[in-house]
Amino acid sequence: MKYCIKGGEIVNPAGEYSGVGDLLLDAGQVVAVGQELPVEDAVIIQAEGKMVLPGLIDMHCHLREPGREDEETIASGTRAAVKGGFTAVACMANTNPVADGAVVIEYVLSKARQNGWAKVYPIGAITKGLKGEELAEMGEMAEAGAVAFSDDGKTLTNPAVLRSALEYAALFDRPLLLHEEEPKLADAGVMHEGYWSTVLGLPGIPALAEDVMIARDLLIAEYTGGKVHFCHLSTAKGVGMLAEAKRRGLNVSGEATPHHFTLTDQALENYDTAFRVSPPLRSEEHREALRRGLQDGTIQVIATDHAPHSLEEKHREFALAPTGMIGLETAFSVAWTELVLGGWLTKEQLVEKLSVNPARLLNLPAGRLQPGDLADLIIVDPEWEWVVKPEEIASKSKNSPFIGRKLKARVETVWVNGILKYDGQKFVE
Amino acid sequence: MAKLPKDLLGLRELNAEQIQLILDTATACKDIFSRDLKKVPTLRGKTVVTLFFEPSTRTRTSFEIAGKWMSADLVNLTVSSSSVAKGESFVDTARTLEAMGVDLIIIRHSLGGTPRLLADSVAAHVINAGDGAHEHPTQGLLDLYSIREKKGRIAGLNVVIVGDILHSRVAKSNIYGLTKLGAKVTVVAPPTLIPKGIGEFGVTIETDLDKALRDADVVNILRIQLERQTKAYFPTLREYSKLFGVNLSRLRQARPDLLVMHPGPANLGVEISEEVSVHDQSVITEQVTNGVAVRMALLYLLTGGGNKDEILH
Repeated sequence: MKYCIKGGEIVNPAGEYSGVGDLLLDAGQVVAVGQELPVEDAVIIQAEGKMVLPGLIDMHCHLREPGREDEETIASGTRAAVKGGFTAVACMANTNPVADGAVVIEYVLSKARQNGWAKVYPIGAITKGLKGEELAEMGEMAEAGAVAFSDDGKTLTNPAVLRSALEYAALFDRPLLLHEEEPKLADAGVMHEGYWSTVLGLPGIPALAEDVMIARDLLIAEYTGGKVHFCHLSTAKGVGMLAEAKRRGLNVSGEATPHHFTLTDQALENYDTAFRVSPPLRSEEHREALRRGLQDGTIQVIATDHAPHSLEEKHREFALAPTGMIGLETAFSVAWTELVLGGWLTKEQLVEKLSVNPARLLNLPAGRLQPGDLADLIIVDPEWEWVVKPEEIASKSKNSPFIGRKLKARVETVWVNGILKYDGQKFVE
Repeated sequence: MAKLPKDLLGLRELNAEQIQLILDTATACKDIFSRDLKKVPTLRGKTVVTLFFEPSTRTRTSFEIAGKWMSADLVNLTVSSSSVAKGESFVDTARTLEAMGVDLIIIRHSLGGTPRLLADSVAAHVINAGDGAHEHPTQGLLDLYSIREKKGRIAGLNVVIVGDILHSRVAKSNIYGLTKLGAKVTVVAPPTLIPKGIGEFGVTIETDLDKALRDADVVNILRIQLERQTKAYFPTLREYSKLFGVNLSRLRQARPDLLVMHPGPANLGVEISEEVSVHDQSVITEQVTNGVAVRMALLYLLTGGGNKDEILH
């Protein structure tokens, strides 16, 4: 199918053309980007007043398949992704069984080929069974299609294992995505340690728990020359250390999630488990540090850490509820509302963090609108105001902290490989 | 006129007027204590359940006596051994009680916030009888009542709270209540037992007990939970006792009218010496008595009581 998207604002920081113009796509590829393109026999899509962006890429989500298909499947998770404007997602290895060998990576890819709405790039485990002891077969997983390695959800507490993993992963030029939390300092904590944990009487996790591990792992990264990416940064000192490491030329990067740069620990005031997440929502000074880190380029990526959980698991005592929140369908609008309308980022910077940079870090052929590229792209209506409602969520789980929140901007139309997947408010089957 | 919310989950959410209402009502309830026949029909026909996920003979019995003297039908549930063992969810337990037509649920739980989850799940009134390290509002109220009874006022008093502030729900309910009624509060503990952000509660933080006691009108001594020692908050009980225990020599250094309080049960010889616990200046046993009066007042006020004269008839 041939489409011509006319008159939209093309926000394309990694490509050659940005600005108001037309975009022609055919046979799965971008054919031309520019002004006053010939329409020929294409389906015309009027995009005046809208933005045309390269498809978003989430380098950190949980699709729960295999193992917890009651919470999410590759089909439902990628539907949620597409609805949120993500044309590609990288899914974490903490499935059941763990994605610590080529077989599970191949299973995920095969399911994605059958049922996927967006492209799926599996992330392999760093260690067997996420136990932090023995290296998983990274080579075979890389060959099968793993784009990165991570024991996300679990910190690699043994520094010798991390050292080996970084040295070994260099063979395949894949980054390690690290979850940073010193378990002894986090102890039985269930929220950020500070004024609100004292008010609520819940055991706290100090920012120190994250900072200590980031400091350690930066030293190991420097020593090994390995490629390290810090998942869901949540502390001011963590951002500062990342900035300093980059100044020293280390091969390091980091991501922030929409919930961490939008919400604070005060959101837990009524013990609502929708706000329980790992790392925890922190205080205002940390939230602001994340925004500054995004603004000055220290944090290159916005990732969702989309973590679906069933209602039954979440509707219980705060300290016993699982950590995590969904985010694929709200990420763009939250980031737009908070960061672009809030004056922290330009729209070009937002596209870099949600598309260009994740593509670069994971070596994906995406993040750009250029003739010859695969046509993964979205149209966004920046004026569309909406309220997050559970009945409108495409994910199997509804554990969103943004339910009831009014957001600006919404993804309107989505193409993956030039195939229309979402149009207006409906999926194109 | 002050009115209480549907549930009593903590003193943080009450204002000074509401706290005064409870204390005034408790004064009326305390009259019943001097009667030969300690029973009024005020709560006849009301069903009250005590739902304890954590053992506490003291608090549960106090609620039970309060309920019985007011003629409520009382059911005690100790849950740790029944439904939780069967894998029943907390929310399901709450809904089951609701379906049985319970009017008021008194809950104790080891996890902060569980009374809130209960209150949000049922239409019945809920009283928090202590949840994790969050709040213990009825203990806070009986402490306020005891201070007011002995000192005639709360505003302007210097109150020292000494002990494990980090894990103490009693400390926090005390802090909210005392500061709302105009007292000055100083918390004293080793730095390892002082929680983050406690200064923002409007209290003074002190690590020198002798210094803190110098101008104190009241000292409220918290129980040291012996099992917490394994976490290395302080080296030994002996050293704790030396630095933070209230003994006779410390009492003699303080003002002669210093009021000594302890929510109990006390580790005698650790945070408080036996001599101090039975000293003329100690009101520890009266606190227990006042606990019944305060709990009667709460049962009455939450189940719809308005005029405190009704209690006595």
